Amino acid sequence: MSVWSTLNRTVFKRTSTFALAVAGGTFFFERTFELVSQSIFENLNKGKLWKDIKHKYEN
Amino acid sequence: MAATVGRICGARLLKKYGLVWPQACQLSTNTQGWTKNRKVWLSTLGVVGGGVGALLFALEQSVQASGSEAHPPHNPWNHSGWFSSLDHASVRRGYEVYKQVCKACHSLQYIAFRNLVNVTHTEDEAKAEAAEVMIKDGPDEEGNYFERPGKLSDYLPSPYPNENAARAANNGAYPPDLSLICSGRKGGEDYIFALLTGYMEPPAGVVLREGQNYNPYFPGGAISMAQVLFDEAAEYSDGTPATASQLAKDVATFLKWCSEPELDDRRQMTIKAIGMFSMLAAVVYYYKRHKWSTLKSRKLAYKPVSKK
Ligand code: HEC
Repeated sequence: MSVWSTLNRTVFKRTSTFALAVAGGTFFFERTFELVSQSIFENLNKGKLWKDIKHKYEN
Repeated sequence: MAATVGRICGARLLKKYGLVWPQACQLSTNTQGWTKNRKVWLSTLGVVGGGVGALLFALEQSVQASGSEAHPPHNPWNHSGWFSSLDHASVRRGYEVYKQVCKACHSLQYIAFRNLVNVTHTEDEAKAEAAEVMIKDGPDEEGNYFERPGKLSDYLPSPYPNENAARAANNGAYPPDLSLICSGRKGGEDYIFALLTGYMEPPAGVVLREGQNYNPYFPGGAISMAQVLFDEAAEYSDGTPATASQLAKDVATFLKWCSEPELDDRRQMTIKAIGMFSMLAAVVYYYKRHKWSTLKSRKLAYKPVSKK
Protein backbone atom coordinates (compact mmCIF):
# COMPACT_ATOMS: atom_id res chain seq x y z
CA MET A 1 0.00 0.00 0.00
CA SER A 2 1.39 3.37 -0.96
CA VAL A 3 2.24 6.12 1.50
CA TRP A 4 -0.41 8.31 -0.07
CA SER A 5 -3.30 5.93 0.56
CA THR A 6 -2.10 5.19 4.08
CA LEU A 7 -2.08 8.91 4.72
CA ASN A 8 -5.52 9.20 3.22
CA ARG A 9 -6.91 6.47 5.42
CA THR A 10 -5.27 7.46 8.70
CA VAL A 11 -5.25 11.24 8.53
CA PHE A 12 -7.43 12.83 5.89
CA LYS A 13 -10.53 10.70 6.24
CA ARG A 14 -11.51 11.81 9.72
CA THR A 15 -12.31 15.51 10.12
CA SER A 16 -10.58 15.81 13.50
CA THR A 17 -7.24 14.44 12.30
CA PHE A 18 -7.59 16.30 9.03
CA ALA A 19 -8.05 19.61 10.84
CA LEU A 20 -5.07 18.77 13.02
CA ALA A 21 -2.98 18.03 9.94
CA VAL A 22 -3.98 21.36 8.42
CA ALA A 23 -3.02 23.26 11.56
CA GLY A 24 0.27 21.42 11.95
CA GLY A 25 1.07 21.71 8.25
CA THR A 26 0.41 25.44 8.33
CA PHE A 27 2.79 25.88 11.23
CA PHE A 28 5.69 24.07 9.62
CA PHE A 29 5.03 25.54 6.18
CA GLU A 30 4.88 29.09 7.51
CA ARG A 31 8.11 28.68 9.50
CA THR A 32 10.13 27.27 6.60
CA PHE A 33 8.66 29.69 4.07
CA GLU A 34 9.42 32.66 6.33
CA LEU A 35 12.96 31.51 7.04
CA VAL A 36 13.73 30.78 3.41
CA SER A 37 12.41 34.09 2.08
CA GLN A 38 14.15 36.00 4.85
CA SER A 39 17.47 34.35 4.12
CA ILE A 40 17.06 35.09 0.41
CA PHE A 41 16.46 38.74 1.29
CA GLU A 42 19.42 38.89 3.64
CA ASN A 43 21.72 37.21 1.14
CA LEU A 44 20.74 39.53 -1.68
CA ASN A 45 21.37 42.54 0.53
CA LYS A 46 24.43 41.36 2.36
CA GLY A 47 26.44 44.24 3.78
CA LYS A 48 23.65 46.77 3.47
CA LEU A 49 21.39 45.78 6.35
CA TRP A 50 21.58 47.04 9.90
CA LYS A 51 22.38 43.58 11.14
CA ASP A 52 25.49 43.58 8.94
CA ILE A 53 26.85 46.86 10.27
CA LYS A 54 25.66 46.90 13.86
CA HIS A 55 28.74 45.12 15.19
CA LYS A 56 30.67 48.33 14.50
CA TYR A 57 28.55 50.29 16.94
CA GLU A 58 27.82 47.80 19.67
CA ASN A 59 30.23 47.37 22.51
CA MET B 1 -22.83 55.38 -19.50
CA ALA B 2 -23.69 51.76 -20.13
CA ALA B 3 -27.06 52.85 -21.44
CA THR B 4 -25.49 55.25 -23.94
CA VAL B 5 -23.03 52.64 -25.15
CA GLY B 6 -25.89 50.19 -25.43
CA ARG B 7 -27.89 52.63 -27.52
CA ILE B 8 -24.97 53.31 -29.81
CA CYS B 9 -23.83 49.76 -30.26
CA GLY B 10 -27.22 48.17 -30.23
CA ALA B 11 -28.60 46.30 -27.26
CA ARG B 12 -27.14 43.04 -28.51
CA LEU B 13 -23.61 44.07 -27.65
CA LEU B 14 -24.26 44.38 -23.95
CA LYS B 15 -26.70 41.51 -23.74
CA LYS B 16 -26.02 39.18 -20.84
CA TYR B 17 -24.91 35.85 -22.16
CA GLY B 18 -24.19 34.18 -18.85
CA LEU B 19 -20.93 32.77 -17.64
CA VAL B 20 -20.86 29.54 -19.60
CA TRP B 21 -22.11 30.91 -22.90
CA PRO B 22 -18.68 31.00 -24.63
CA GLN B 23 -17.97 27.46 -23.50
CA ALA B 24 -21.40 26.31 -24.61
CA CYS B 25 -20.65 27.64 -28.10
CA GLN B 26 -17.52 25.55 -28.23
CA LEU B 27 -19.13 22.43 -26.94
CA SER B 28 -22.41 22.36 -28.72
CA THR B 29 -23.61 22.30 -32.30
CA ASN B 30 -26.74 24.15 -31.28
CA THR B 31 -25.71 27.60 -30.06
CA GLN B 32 -24.30 30.21 -32.40
CA GLY B 33 -21.14 32.22 -31.70
CA TRP B 34 -20.89 35.98 -32.12
CA THR B 35 -22.26 37.39 -35.30
CA LYS B 36 -19.89 39.15 -37.66
CA ASN B 37 -21.55 42.46 -36.92
CA ARG B 38 -20.97 42.13 -33.21
CA LYS B 39 -17.35 41.18 -33.73
CA VAL B 40 -16.80 44.29 -35.84
CA TRP B 41 -18.42 46.51 -33.22
CA LEU B 42 -16.38 45.06 -30.42
CA SER B 43 -13.07 45.36 -32.30
CA THR B 44 -13.86 48.97 -33.18
CA LEU B 45 -14.59 49.66 -29.52
CA GLY B 46 -11.27 48.08 -28.53
CA VAL B 47 -9.24 49.99 -31.10
CA VAL B 48 -10.87 53.33 -30.24
CA GLY B 49 -10.42 52.73 -26.50
CA GLY B 50 -6.76 51.83 -26.92
CA GLY B 51 -6.20 54.84 -29.15
CA VAL B 52 -7.71 57.25 -26.62
CA GLY B 53 -5.54 55.72 -23.90
CA ALA B 54 -2.40 56.12 -26.00
CA LEU B 55 -3.34 59.72 -26.79
CA LEU B 56 -3.81 60.57 -23.10
CA PHE B 57 -0.44 59.00 -22.31
CA ALA B 58 1.27 60.97 -25.08
CA LEU B 59 -0.34 64.23 -23.90
CA GLU B 60 0.78 63.59 -20.32
CA GLN B 61 4.33 62.89 -21.54
CA SER B 62 4.46 66.07 -23.59
CA VAL B 63 3.45 68.15 -20.57
CA GLN B 64 6.67 67.05 -18.90
CA ALA B 65 8.66 68.63 -21.70
CA SER B 66 6.90 71.98 -21.38
CA GLY B 67 8.49 73.23 -18.14
CA SER B 68 11.75 75.10 -18.02
CA GLU B 69 13.38 73.11 -15.23
CA ALA B 70 15.97 70.41 -15.85
CA HIS B 71 14.89 66.85 -15.16
CA PRO B 72 17.03 65.01 -12.64
CA PRO B 73 18.99 62.12 -14.14
CA HIS B 74 18.29 58.65 -12.74
CA ASN B 75 21.03 57.45 -10.47
CA PRO B 76 21.77 53.79 -9.77
CA TRP B 77 20.66 53.90 -6.14
CA ASN B 78 21.73 51.09 -3.92
CA HIS B 79 18.11 50.59 -2.92
CA SER B 80 16.47 50.66 -6.34
CA GLY B 81 15.44 47.26 -7.58
CA TRP B 82 12.73 44.85 -6.66
CA PHE B 83 14.58 43.16 -3.84
CA SER B 84 17.05 45.83 -2.73
CA SER B 85 17.04 47.08 0.83
CA LEU B 86 18.31 50.47 1.88
CA ASP B 87 22.04 50.77 2.48
CA HIS B 88 21.90 51.35 6.22
CA ALA B 89 25.48 52.61 6.46
CA SER B 90 24.49 55.30 3.97
CA VAL B 91 21.30 56.12 5.90
CA ARG B 92 23.41 56.55 9.02
CA ARG B 93 25.81 58.89 7.25
CA GLY B 94 22.82 60.75 5.82
CA TYR B 95 21.51 61.31 9.33
CA GLU B 96 24.88 62.81 10.23
CA VAL B 97 24.61 65.16 7.25
CA TYR B 98 21.09 66.18 8.22
CA LYS B 99 22.19 66.79 11.79
CA GLN B 100 25.25 68.85 10.83
CA VAL B 101 23.85 70.78 7.87
CA CYS B 102 20.14 70.66 7.09
CA LYS B 103 18.93 70.77 10.70
CA ALA B 104 19.86 74.45 10.88
CA CYS B 105 16.89 75.29 8.65
CA HIS B 106 14.73 72.21 8.04
CA SER B 107 12.57 70.36 10.55
CA LEU B 108 12.08 66.60 10.45
CA GLN B 109 9.05 66.52 12.63
CA TYR B 110 7.69 63.06 11.87
CA ILE B 111 10.89 61.23 12.79
CA ALA B 112 11.40 60.31 16.44
CA PHE B 113 14.66 59.23 18.01
CA ARG B 114 13.18 55.80 18.64
CA ASN B 115 12.80 55.36 14.87
CA LEU B 116 16.58 55.36 14.55
CA VAL B 117 16.95 52.33 16.82
CA ASN B 118 18.07 49.26 14.85
CA VAL B 119 17.94 51.20 11.63
CA THR B 120 20.93 53.49 11.88
CA HIS B 121 21.81 53.49 15.56
CA THR B 122 21.92 51.14 18.50
CA GLU B 123 19.52 51.87 21.31
CA ASP B 124 22.27 53.38 23.45
CA GLU B 125 23.45 55.60 20.61
CA ALA B 126 19.91 56.77 19.87
CA LYS B 127 19.43 57.60 23.55
CA ALA B 128 22.64 59.62 23.46
CA GLU B 129 21.45 61.42 20.31
CA ALA B 130 18.19 62.29 22.04
CA ALA B 131 19.92 63.45 25.21
CA GLU B 132 21.91 65.98 23.18
CA VAL B 133 18.85 68.11 22.42
CA MET B 134 16.60 70.08 24.75
CA ILE B 135 12.88 69.44 24.44
CA LYS B 136 10.20 71.81 25.59
CA ASP B 137 7.84 70.02 27.96
CA GLY B 138 5.20 70.81 30.52
CA PRO B 139 3.20 72.06 32.17
CA ASP B 140 4.58 70.82 35.48
CA GLU B 141 2.68 70.88 38.79
CA GLU B 142 2.97 74.66 38.98
CA GLY B 143 1.83 75.11 35.42
CA ASN B 144 5.19 76.12 34.04
CA TYR B 145 6.74 74.93 30.80
CA PHE B 146 10.29 73.72 31.07
CA GLU B 147 13.11 72.27 29.04
CA ARG B 148 14.54 68.80 29.55
CA PRO B 149 16.98 66.56 27.69
CA GLY B 150 15.33 64.49 24.96
CA LYS B 151 14.19 60.89 25.33
CA LEU B 152 13.80 58.11 22.78
CA SER B 153 10.10 58.87 22.44
CA ASP B 154 10.68 62.51 21.45
CA TYR B 155 10.45 63.70 17.89
CA LEU B 156 13.37 65.56 16.34
CA PRO B 157 13.15 69.21 17.41
CA SER B 158 12.41 71.83 14.76
CA PRO B 159 14.84 74.71 14.18
CA TYR B 160 12.07 77.33 14.26
CA PRO B 161 9.08 77.61 16.58
CA ASN B 162 6.65 78.20 13.66
CA GLU B 163 6.42 78.90 9.95
CA ASN B 164 6.54 82.67 10.29
CA ALA B 165 9.79 82.53 12.22
CA ALA B 166 11.19 80.20 9.56
CA ARG B 167 10.18 82.56 6.77
CA ALA B 168 11.53 85.60 8.59
CA ALA B 169 14.93 83.93 8.88
CA ASN B 170 15.04 82.82 5.23
CA ASN B 171 14.10 85.87 3.17
CA GLY B 172 10.43 84.96 3.21
CA ALA B 173 10.96 81.40 1.88
CA TYR B 174 9.81 78.50 3.99
CA PRO B 175 12.24 75.57 4.30
CA PRO B 176 9.82 72.65 4.06
CA ASP B 177 9.75 69.80 6.55
CA LEU B 178 11.95 67.04 5.17
CA SER B 179 10.16 64.00 6.67
CA LEU B 180 8.19 63.24 3.53
CA ILE B 181 10.04 65.34 0.99
CA CYS B 182 11.33 62.35 -0.93
CA SER B 183 7.80 61.18 -1.69
CA GLY B 184 6.56 64.74 -2.02
CA ARG B 185 8.75 65.79 -4.94
CA LYS B 186 8.69 64.43 -8.45
CA GLY B 187 11.84 62.41 -8.99
CA GLY B 188 12.26 61.57 -5.28
CA GLU B 189 15.85 60.93 -4.24
CA ASP B 190 17.11 61.65 -7.77
CA TYR B 191 15.61 65.14 -7.49
CA ILE B 192 17.11 65.77 -4.06
CA PHE B 193 20.55 64.67 -5.21
CA ALA B 194 20.33 66.79 -8.36
CA LEU B 195 19.03 69.79 -6.40
CA LEU B 196 21.78 69.65 -3.80
CA THR B 197 24.59 69.25 -6.33
CA GLY B 198 23.11 71.30 -9.19
CA TYR B 199 23.75 74.92 -8.16
CA MET B 200 25.29 77.09 -10.84
CA GLU B 201 25.71 80.67 -12.03
CA PRO B 202 22.42 82.02 -13.40
CA PRO B 203 22.37 82.07 -17.20
CA ALA B 204 22.24 85.44 -18.92
CA GLY B 205 18.86 87.10 -18.58
CA VAL B 206 17.76 85.37 -15.39
CA VAL B 207 17.22 87.91 -12.66
CA LEU B 208 17.48 86.70 -9.08
CA ARG B 209 16.06 88.55 -6.12
CA GLU B 210 17.93 89.16 -2.89
CA GLY B 211 18.82 85.83 -1.26
CA GLN B 212 17.94 83.73 -4.27
CA ASN B 213 20.20 81.29 -6.05
CA TYR B 214 20.04 79.64 -9.41
CA ASN B 215 19.35 75.92 -9.60
CA PRO B 216 18.15 74.45 -12.89
CA TYR B 217 16.45 71.51 -11.16
CA PHE B 218 14.23 73.71 -8.99
CA PRO B 219 10.97 74.61 -10.76
CA GLY B 220 11.41 78.20 -11.86
CA GLY B 221 15.15 78.08 -11.28
CA ALA B 222 15.30 80.67 -8.49
CA ILE B 223 15.59 78.92 -5.14
CA SER B 224 15.89 80.61 -1.77
CA MET B 225 18.14 77.89 -0.37
CA ALA B 226 21.81 78.57 -1.00
CA GLN B 227 24.17 75.75 -1.90
CA VAL B 228 24.85 74.00 1.39
CA LEU B 229 26.86 70.94 0.41
CA PHE B 230 30.55 71.40 -0.34
CA ASP B 231 33.44 69.01 0.08
CA GLU B 232 33.95 68.52 3.84
CA ALA B 233 30.74 70.39 4.67
CA ALA B 234 30.01 67.63 7.19
CA GLU B 235 32.06 65.05 8.98
CA TYR B 236 31.47 61.31 8.84
CA SER B 237 32.10 59.15 11.87
CA ASP B 238 32.92 56.11 9.73
CA GLY B 239 35.77 57.82 7.88
CA THR B 240 34.10 57.97 4.45
CA PRO B 241 35.58 60.88 2.45
CA ALA B 242 33.00 63.65 2.74
CA THR B 243 32.87 64.92 -0.82
CA ALA B 244 29.90 67.07 -1.83
CA SER B 245 28.38 64.31 -3.96
CA GLN B 246 28.89 61.72 -1.22
CA LEU B 247 27.09 64.01 1.26
CA ALA B 248 24.26 64.55 -1.21
CA LYS B 249 23.92 60.85 -1.95
CA ASP B 250 23.84 59.93 1.73
CA VAL B 251 21.37 62.61 2.76
CA ALA B 252 19.12 61.67 -0.17
CA THR B 253 19.22 58.03 0.95
CA PHE B 254 18.44 59.14 4.50
CA LEU B 255 15.47 61.19 3.29
CA LYS B 256 14.29 58.20 1.28
CA TRP B 257 14.24 56.22 4.51
CA CYS B 258 12.37 59.05 6.28
CA SER B 259 9.69 59.02 3.58
CA GLU B 260 9.50 55.25 3.27
CA PRO B 261 10.69 53.66 6.50
CA GLU B 262 8.88 50.47 5.48
CA LEU B 263 10.93 50.08 2.29
CA ASP B 264 12.94 47.10 3.54
CA ASP B 265 9.80 45.31 4.67
CA ARG B 266 8.17 45.95 1.33
CA ARG B 267 11.12 44.52 -0.56
CA GLN B 268 11.06 41.43 1.63
CA MET B 269 7.32 41.16 1.10
CA THR B 270 7.95 41.16 -2.67
CA ILE B 271 10.05 38.02 -2.29
CA LYS B 272 7.37 36.38 -0.17
CA ALA B 273 4.57 37.36 -2.50
CA ILE B 274 6.39 35.96 -5.52
CA GLY B 275 7.01 32.69 -3.68
CA MET B 276 3.46 32.40 -2.43
CA PHE B 277 1.74 33.37 -5.65
CA SER B 278 3.86 31.08 -7.80
CA MET B 279 2.83 28.15 -5.59
CA LEU B 280 -0.81 29.19 -5.82
CA ALA B 281 -0.50 29.64 -9.59
CA ALA B 282 0.85 26.11 -9.93
CA VAL B 283 -2.10 24.75 -7.95
CA VAL B 284 -4.61 26.77 -9.95
CA TYR B 285 -3.05 25.68 -13.24
CA TYR B 286 -3.15 22.02 -12.27
CA TYR B 287 -6.71 22.27 -10.99
CA LYS B 288 -7.92 23.99 -14.14
CA ARG B 289 -6.39 21.34 -16.38
CA HIS B 290 -7.82 18.69 -14.14
CA LYS B 291 -11.36 20.03 -14.29
CA TRP B 292 -11.29 20.83 -17.97
CA SER B 293 -9.82 17.55 -19.15
CA THR B 294 -13.23 15.95 -19.39
CA LEU B 295 -15.01 19.06 -20.62
CA LYS B 296 -12.56 19.69 -23.41
CA SER B 297 -12.65 16.19 -24.81
CA ARG B 298 -16.36 15.98 -25.45
CA LYS B 299 -18.86 17.48 -27.78
CA LEU B 300 -22.63 17.43 -27.48
CA ALA B 301 -24.70 16.91 -30.58
CA TYR B 302 -28.39 17.79 -30.80
CA LYS B 303 -30.29 15.63 -33.22
CA PRO B 304 -33.60 17.08 -34.26
CA VAL B 305 -36.44 14.75 -33.45
CA SER B 306 -38.97 14.72 -36.24
CA LYS B 307 -42.58 15.05 -35.15
CA LYS B 308 -44.87 12.39 -36.36
C1 HEC C 1 20.32 78.03 5.37
C2 HEC C 1 19.14 77.29 5.54
C3 HEC C 1 19.03 75.96 4.82
C4 HEC C 1 19.83 74.85 4.95
C5 HEC C 1 21.06 74.69 5.82
C6 HEC C 1 19.26 73.84 4.12
N1 HEC C 1 18.15 74.32 3.50
FE1 HEC C 1 16.98 73.31 2.21
N2 HEC C 1 15.78 74.95 1.98
C7 HEC C 1 15.97 76.16 2.60
C8 HEC C 1 14.97 77.07 2.14
C9 HEC C 1 14.82 78.53 2.60
C10 HEC C 1 14.17 76.38 1.22
C11 HEC C 1 12.96 76.91 0.43
C12 HEC C 1 13.46 77.31 -0.95
C13 HEC C 1 12.41 77.94 -1.81
O1 HEC C 1 11.23 77.62 -1.65
O2 HEC C 1 12.78 78.75 -2.66
C14 HEC C 1 14.69 75.03 1.15
C15 HEC C 1 14.17 74.03 0.35
C16 HEC C 1 14.64 72.74 0.33
C17 HEC C 1 14.03 71.65 -0.41
C18 HEC C 1 12.76 71.72 -1.21
C19 HEC C 1 12.96 72.13 -2.63
C20 HEC C 1 11.64 72.09 -3.34
O3 HEC C 1 11.54 71.38 -4.36
O4 HEC C 1 10.67 72.74 -2.88
C21 HEC C 1 14.77 70.53 -0.18
C22 HEC C 1 14.52 69.13 -0.72
C23 HEC C 1 15.85 70.92 0.69
N3 HEC C 1 15.75 72.25 0.98
C24 HEC C 1 16.80 70.04 1.15
C25 HEC C 1 17.83 70.40 2.00
C26 HEC C 1 18.80 69.45 2.47
C27 HEC C 1 18.83 67.97 2.15
C28 HEC C 1 19.64 70.16 3.26
C29 HEC C 1 20.87 69.63 4.01
C30 HEC C 1 21.88 69.07 3.20
C31 HEC C 1 19.17 71.53 3.29
N4 HEC C 1 18.07 71.65 2.50
C32 HEC C 1 19.78 72.56 4.00
C33 HEC C 1 16.96 76.47 3.51
C34 HEC C 1 17.97 75.62 3.90
